[in-house]
Amino acid sequence: MNTRSFVPALILFVALLAAWEIAVRYFGIAPQILPAPTLILRTLVADVALLLGSLFVTLKITFIALAIAVIAGVALAVLFSSSRFAERALFPLAVVLQVTPVIAIAPLLLVYLEPRNAVIACAALVAFFPILSNTALGLASADRQLRDLFALYDAGWLRTLLYLRLPASLPYFLGGLRIAGGLALIGAVVGEIAAGSAGAGSGLAWRIMEAGHRVNIPRMYAALVLIALAGVAIFALFSWLQRVALRRWHASAIEVA
Amino acid sequence: MKQRRATAKRKAGKNESALLAELRGIGKSYDGGVTALRDISFSVRRGEFLSLLGASGCGKTTLLRILAGLLPSDTGTIRWQDGARPGETGFVFQEPALMPWASVAANIRLPLRLLGIDDRAAALRTREALAQAGLEKFGDAFPHELSGGMKMRASLARALIVKPKLLLMDEPFAALDEIARFKFNDELLSLWREANCTVLFVTHSVFEAAYLSTRTLVLSPRPGTIAEEVRFLPAAGGVNTQFRTSAAYASRVRKLSEALERAQ
Repeated sequence: MNTRSFVPALILFVALLAAWEIAVRYFGIAPQILPAPTLILRTLVADVALLLGSLFVTLKITFIALAIAVIAGVALAVLFSSSRFAERALFPLAVVLQVTPVIAIAPLLLVYLEPRNAVIACAALVAFFPILSNTALGLASADRQLRDLFALYDAGWLRTLLYLRLPASLPYFLGGLRIAGGLALIGAVVGEIAAGSAGAGSGLAWRIMEAGHRVNIPRMYAALVLIALAGVAIFALFSWLQRVALRRWHASAIEVA
Repeated sequence: MKQRRATAKRKAGKNESALLAELRGIGKSYDGGVTALRDISFSVRRGEFLSLLGASGCGKTTLLRILAGLLPSDTGTIRWQDGARPGETGFVFQEPALMPWASVAANIRLPLRLLGIDDRAAALRTREALAQAGLEKFGDAFPHELSGGMKMRASLARALIVKPKLLLMDEPFAALDEIARFKFNDELLSLWREANCTVLFVTHSVFEAAYLSTRTLVLSPRPGTIAEEVRFLPAAGGVNTQFRTSAAYASRVRKLSEALERAQ
């Protein structure tokens, strides 16, 4: 992407921050109600060790959950692609899990699992579905004529999977991964909030709650900024991965000269 | 040389051992009750260029896939003279059907990989195939970097790399412009003569069937049945560029057009 394409968004962003800052100063709004951006930044710097430590905890949970979602999602998608019966039996269940709000499942998970594992389970649950549905679609989208060619030379299930179905599903999988990355972070935050003080109490979401109880509004904002930045970074990471992995052959990533 | 081949072929046509496959009473219905094919019986002789000519939707592709063993038929049998379909079978599809994520060389090499040919032999044959297809400079290119004609050339090279005894082709040149198609037709004919393989060629083009085949089965649509068989003697001295404008070619075209008309 062209760096110039960021310019309008950047201008708007800076303008909004400036308006915010001016409004807070002009109307003399108390920091307990709405801290100015500069105060949030100062808080961020002052609490950096604490907040970065918490960010690391949340990110670790996010990526562990994402890894679980990828392994389970791809494995189940492969199972679906080789057995219509398994697909018909299991897919509705996956849909039920997907449409049930994770915040409603979280208390149950907290009953059965240790808090940390419950948070990981929350994040993995929400990240799992886009991986499964996208990969399943990708595996099924392998060109029919190529499938015929593989059958013609008796390639068998495994080689058809490795040489044809998995490569064909890669663009779909990476698209799912990009969505799942953001969802895993949301799941982790939701899980941390549900776990509350029962949790290890060190993730960013928990910091927000804790700061809220102490009416430390600037720190709440500072933690929120970090979560937002982490979400953007995860999205950017997987967008980049998608582009790099596909740029030599897939229409979505080929750069037109 | 050509003369001798032509006589050899004619002789072989009468010889039972020259049979490659015999299809009896092949029928196929799709889910929903549409009968695609009904009671199709014909034999395939070794070394012939057999065209299946018919309008779109008359079950030609289905028939070809059944013959290749890619689709089970509902009724009927296929008897292969050697017990099974030759392992060296090439298939050229309507579209080039190249793997977009793999280089042109890897695409052409795919059948050897699937057949478990060892790496060194496969690499050598891939280089030869690339050269034969005029794609030696494009081995490392990706399919999207090729023109439509070059993609079809790669697809053809992929089918030929197994040194096919049987070459199945499903309207392979339908998407090409006429100039390219003529060129491909000529190349295919010389390949067929050199390789001495059997070609089954599905087409909806009277002109293509007339130009290429030694025998044409005209299919009638819905359900697909064989309406007529039109035999041509191998063109004396082989088909060449003059053949396209010759009276012999025109009469072949007329014969097939009339047969196709009757089949509708």
